[in-house]
Amino acid sequence: MALTNQDIQNKLQEKFGDLVSNFEESYGLLSFEATAANNLKVLQFLYDEPSLQFQFLTDICGVNFPDDAGREISVVYHLHNLTENIRLRFKIFVPVAAPDVFTACNLFSSANWMERETYDFYGVNFVGHPNLKRILNVDEMDYFPLRKEYPLEDQTRIDKDDEMFGRG
Amino acid sequence: MSRPVRFNTTPILATTADAVGAVEAPPGFTGEGFFTTQLSSVVGLARKNSIWPLPFATSCCGIEFMATMGSHYDLSRFGSERVGFSPRQCDLLMVMGTIAKKMGPVLRQVYLQMAEPRWVIAIGACASSGGIFDTYSVLQGIDQVIPVDVYVPGCPPRPEAILDGFMKIQDLVGEESIRRRHSEQYKTLLNSYGIQ
Amino acid sequence: MLAHQQHHITLPEGSIEKQTTTLNVGPTHPATHGVFQNIMELDGERIVSTEQTVGYIHRAFEKLAERRPLYQITPITDRLNYCSSPINNMGWHLTCEKFLGVQTPKRVDYLRVIIMELARISDHLICNSIVGVDTGAYTGFLYVMQYRELIYEIYEEVCGSRLTTNIGRIGGFERNFTNTAFEKLEKFLKEYPKVLKEFENLFARNRIFMERTIGGGAISAERALNYGFTGPNLRAAGVDYDVRVHQPYSSYQDFDFTIPVGKTGDNYDRFLVRNQEMWQSLSIIEQAYKKVQEFKGADAEIFHADVPEYYLPKKEDVYTKMESLIWHFKIVMGEVEMPKGEIYNAVEGGNGELGFYLVSDGGRTPFRLHFRRPCFIYYQAYPELITGGMLSDAIVTMSSLNLIAGELDA
Repeated sequence: MALTNQDIQNKLQEKFGDLVSNFEESYGLLSFEATAANNLKVLQFLYDEPSLQFQFLTDICGVNFPDDAGREISVVYHLHNLTENIRLRFKIFVPVAAPDVFTACNLFSSANWMERETYDFYGVNFVGHPNLKRILNVDEMDYFPLRKEYPLEDQTRIDKDDEMFGRG
Repeated sequence: MSRPVRFNTTPILATTADAVGAVEAPPGFTGEGFFTTQLSSVVGLARKNSIWPLPFATSCCGIEFMATMGSHYDLSRFGSERVGFSPRQCDLLMVMGTIAKKMGPVLRQVYLQMAEPRWVIAIGACASSGGIFDTYSVLQGIDQVIPVDVYVPGCPPRPEAILDGFMKIQDLVGEESIRRRHSEQYKTLLNSYGIQ
Repeated sequence: MLAHQQHHITLPEGSIEKQTTTLNVGPTHPATHGVFQNIMELDGERIVSTEQTVGYIHRAFEKLAERRPLYQITPITDRLNYCSSPINNMGWHLTCEKFLGVQTPKRVDYLRVIIMELARISDHLICNSIVGVDTGAYTGFLYVMQYRELIYEIYEEVCGSRLTTNIGRIGGFERNFTNTAFEKLEKFLKEYPKVLKEFENLFARNRIFMERTIGGGAISAERALNYGFTGPNLRAAGVDYDVRVHQPYSSYQDFDFTIPVGKTGDNYDRFLVRNQEMWQSLSIIEQAYKKVQEFKGADAEIFHADVPEYYLPKKEDVYTKMESLIWHFKIVMGEVEMPKGEIYNAVEGGNGELGFYLVSDGGRTPFRLHFRRPCFIYYQAYPELITGGMLSDAIVTMSSLNLIAGELDA
């Protein structure tokens, strides 16, 4: 019998109870949330459980919600079960003051650079990452550019007239 | 059916009757077995028809450069058949593509390794001024780090535009005075970039 | 200044005394691949370890996308995998259409398939010919570049631009395909198979090419899956995962094609998989073209979905009808509201699963847009692919992975 979103939800709730929450289905894709401390347990369960087998990590990215106190930075994992052809989205939220998340590198080798990119853009500290340094930006950069409080443009530029660009 | 074509309905086919032309000699005085002209003209003539470019291709403009090097829009007609990747051996630094701030020091290093006389052509909007990427990580034009001779706008510029820019470089090379590289003006230009 | 301090790389302690050579295969290297840096430790010719640096062309697409309304993001997606930019454009439009609930008519789907498969051929042509160049065979590259010009001419006829196409709109295409476009397509379909056969003959059973590429950069299917490989690189390792088949988009289910799969995942298998995919793409284009020609009369004039909220209305309507004027104004000013929500949509790009993760809070621009870039993800496996091998194999591996710098760094 093919795996459905309801089966996945049931299995997760059965195993983790209150630690997983916010099950939503948007555009056919089931998405849920777990506490940041348990992300590895959930990922391991999704990997090992014979009926679930989410063994392909499609993507890790971060999102910044500056208005959501205590849950400012979200790390979103997209997983894929290639045999049943089902995708899954798994989110965790961490406060911007202590953005610590356990690394998924031991489980998925592809998580290595994706976590470095999330660190580079949002400042998420992946605990246990073998090489957590900036990957896309210059090493000397001292802020995390994709957070909403920082602007897109280079602030050190002197020859651009903000008035002319509608930013006066 | 699909809407009718309005432009170029009778394309002009190319002919090869006058495809090959000899380079014009510079103005001078000819006599029996001798020809006098300015040294800079002869040197310029030789240099401009045998420029060895260094394609510093970083992104999309690099692919248009590959199309320019292809047989359709042949760049080797202008004498630059031999592209080199070593700055020590090249005359023209063709910067094609976006230069990010991380790449800036590398570009400067490559420019410093080139021997005089050297020219720089900035191909594409990103190399000329940062292009559409007015962001924290993109250098807003390579003339922030190295002096540039010709800018070719476009995103990416058509191969014809790259060839036009190349021909302008040829004009610059052909007209250049022998003493330019030792002149005060050139030295102040380089000093403004922090290059000795 | 000392030599090792001139560049921003600093050599570690004791590096002068050690037995292995440190070689910087630096950001500027020949064969126009793009800008990646590998600092390799070599023991003679054998690679002991390598350290990679990327980000030399980081252009902050994701931050840029937070500033722009949906249709203005298309030019950014162009510059991801710029060898096959129509696929990126169409992928983005498909994501927007799924998000906004726009259904495209069949003719639009078939025309999109034609353009996407042309882009795939164009991308694989570059990759395979550059693998040839890296093994020393420059001829193949120069020969097929001629035929990429034919593909560029078709793009130009439809959207006006050769390389960074910005082709299509949310809901379809900006204008109908002209007769000239179809003539150029027919010319391409007539001339290209012979060229591909000749290109294949130059390399596929060429003794020198086979000895250079077989065995280099091999990866097993399990490691490839763990590293997040998708696309031709994964298929060369033996896993037949193709987004066009597993989650069909743009009516791909109406076409009959096979997915070529390799065995060992080495450079030779990748070459052959890409080669075979080009044949499959040709067959898909021929099928799509036949299907497009079956539309007659008024059906043959459809080139976009009827969604005036997202697709610019006709000028005659803008000047005469009130709603069209309002929609026109809203679209051009970028004030079209998006629903709240999030979506992840993927298409099969030239290099694998190109995914778009869009989070919207109902404003005029995305709240967050993340591109799942296949190159970025599988380039992590590069050290594992080349360690223990020779330096020349490492260069061939780098080009056979089809690393496009724009997609890697975004």
